[in-house]
Amino acid sequence: MSEKIDSETDTAGDITIEPERGARKQSIIPGVDIVKGLWSRQSKATRLVIRSVAIAAGIALLVYLPFLNILPFAQVRTDLSPEGSSWSAVLFQVVVYMIVAVGLNIVIGLAGLLDLGYIGFYAIGAYSVALFGSPSSPVTEKIANTFNLSTGWAVPFTACIPIAIAFALMFGVLLGAPTLRLRGDYLAIVTLGFGEIIRIVLRNLDITGGSAGIVEIPAPPGPEITNEYGSRVGLFNRLDHEYWYWLALVVLFLLILFARRLEYSRVGRAWLAIREDEDAAGLMGVDALKFKLWAFAIGAALGAMAGALFASHQTAITPNDFQLNLSFLFVAMVVIGGSGNMVGALLGAFMITYLPERFRDLQEWRPFAFGLALVLVMIFRPQGMVPSRRRAAEFADRKHEAEEAATDV
Amino acid sequence: MIGALDSLVLVPMVNWDNLFSDIPGHTVDGLTRGAIYALVALGYTLVYGVMRLINFAHSEVFMVGTWAVLGIYTAIGAAEGDPLWFVIIATLLALIGAMLASAGTALVVERVAYKPLRKKNAPPLIFLITAIGCSLVLLEIFGQVLKVFFGEPFGRKPISIPSLVKTRQLIGPNGALIQTDVVTITNMQVIVFFGAVVMMFALDFFVNRSRLGRGVRAVAQDPETAALMGVNQDRIFMLVFILGGAMAGVAALLYTMQFDGTKFDVGFIIGVKAFTAAVLGGIGNLRGALLGGLLLGVVEVYASTLFDSSWADVTAFILLVLVLMVRPTGILGESLGKARA
Repeated sequence: MSEKIDSETDTAGDITIEPERGARKQSIIPGVDIVKGLWSRQSKATRLVIRSVAIAAGIALLVYLPFLNILPFAQVRTDLSPEGSSWSAVLFQVVVYMIVAVGLNIVIGLAGLLDLGYIGFYAIGAYSVALFGSPSSPVTEKIANTFNLSTGWAVPFTACIPIAIAFALMFGVLLGAPTLRLRGDYLAIVTLGFGEIIRIVLRNLDITGGSAGIVEIPAPPGPEITNEYGSRVGLFNRLDHEYWYWLALVVLFLLILFARRLEYSRVGRAWLAIREDEDAAGLMGVDALKFKLWAFAIGAALGAMAGALFASHQTAITPNDFQLNLSFLFVAMVVIGGSGNMVGALLGAFMITYLPERFRDLQEWRPFAFGLALVLVMIFRPQGMVPSRRRAAEFADRKHEAEEAATDV
Repeated sequence: MIGALDSLVLVPMVNWDNLFSDIPGHTVDGLTRGAIYALVALGYTLVYGVMRLINFAHSEVFMVGTWAVLGIYTAIGAAEGDPLWFVIIATLLALIGAMLASAGTALVVERVAYKPLRKKNAPPLIFLITAIGCSLVLLEIFGQVLKVFFGEPFGRKPISIPSLVKTRQLIGPNGALIQTDVVTITNMQVIVFFGAVVMMFALDFFVNRSRLGRGVRAVAQDPETAALMGVNQDRIFMLVFILGGAMAGVAALLYTMQFDGTKFDVGFIIGVKAFTAAVLGGIGNLRGALLGGLLLGVVEVYASTLFDSSWADVTAFILLVLVLMVRPTGILGESLGKARA
């Protein structure tokens, strides 16, 4: 029953943006129209086959990426120069930031809430794993002492993940409940404050290890392997980063599926309605506060998962790993790519993580180039590089309104 | 078990004696600190009141002002221990220079970044992101670009600025203007506090009494009607950025006088605090910015003596959240348009 309602509303949504689609039928890139024409002439079955082959090939390429060593494609590797960082480690970091982008895309892109403190949730995820998983953290030591457990006791990694998610959800609701009632502009400053508070609190308290942070963060469980030096180590160790990369890739795929389903569900449509016009959505019976809180909490949970992966791969974290400017980086990933569109957010995350690593020699210029890119993209393409169709239509509509108003005067 | 719980307590040590031993002294410190927040907050509040836009690049407008002060001191060769007449001239020149530099920067940001967006009627989120981008570009111009072309003192290291006024004992012994058993107020504190307050009243007078100020209030109240009445909206936007920038320039001079130095990212913390102050007092409300700034300064100083200076920032934000929960529009309410009185 609910499925049926879904599809009906979806078509209704399509009809309303039809004129915009007609207006931009011609693509500026040559060849796109020809490909589109060819594609539309194929039968449904052929399309399905082509699509699944393409997806399978894409996944195979992603899995193969750490070993990519065929010229000229190997130029993408980051370890070509001696001071470059490990290629698989960079790939892992890219995927972790992609998870962040998927989570933040729900908050900013879908629900339209500007969260400048997303780093706070990332830190909560990282510290949950660190504090409960590390045998030398003050929290586990305290618990072990209180309940007379053996020394070296710690919560296993797999149990730390639900703890991280639970903490993130809790903080998401704690922060969201009072602040989401406020107007959007205030949300930015309050979340900014939250991100900073988390870092200061982590630094100031003894229970979180203070400014020294936490070491001995556990790795995910895995079979033992023999590494290139002949010693027996866990699958997820400090040297073989490709296992981490594959793990993160699997998590990313699952989360993308989850976010996709969410986007096209009742909840997702409620978010879009709130983003486009909160008052109108309220009149239609959408409980704006409830759904905004959901967006906030789900986004927080995804951020925490990314943080947990990050901490586990690092094995040691300090509060300084969670500086506030990382928050701006996260927001930029979503917005440069095209907010509201998962592909755009993923692309943004890739560019912002990968490009600086590839061009390490220019590291000093990185923030400048980044700021300039941000301003230029916003001025010339405010909808982002790969916007969602609906979002692009919204922007075109707003621009059209502005032009109409200008001719009136 | 009790012992374990005891050490798990999250609240840091509260040191009441520290606070109550010198309430007047801490209050004076807080007011001085808050005066600078308030001046910077005016820039946020003006722009927000007229355009409904948080100009995140305003913190960098302030930063440019501090560099202008350094530039002028270097240009005229001011150093510590100069005669009083020279100090006064140097300070006045630095004041003008910082106001011009900051106002100019604010104007450039508005023309280059915000105007094209306004033409496209972009949603507020896009303005915010652009502002963050502008902020980064300005930061890096001083932290990186200028360093490549001119070398030191540009770059990421902090740089000291000669403290002309502090070494001059204008009145009173040991640079203290008033020294009683209860409280000591230094010349510096008096200059910073009254400098800020005078500028604020001048701005308030301008907005509420002058012809241009009436235009500012008109656009803030209702942009369309104001346009119909012959107010040039674009010019008012420029004016607002210039006024806010000039106030940030004054704040920059007072800041360098007090802290004797600057850094490429000096604006960030001040900017965040000033914005907090603006929201606290009611954004868009000029007097709210003054109240919010002073309150924030005092609370911060109290908090850092009560707990530890590392907790000051946390208290500031918690205060903000608490105030917003009770009064979502800030203490005095948000109204530049309605600010008749």
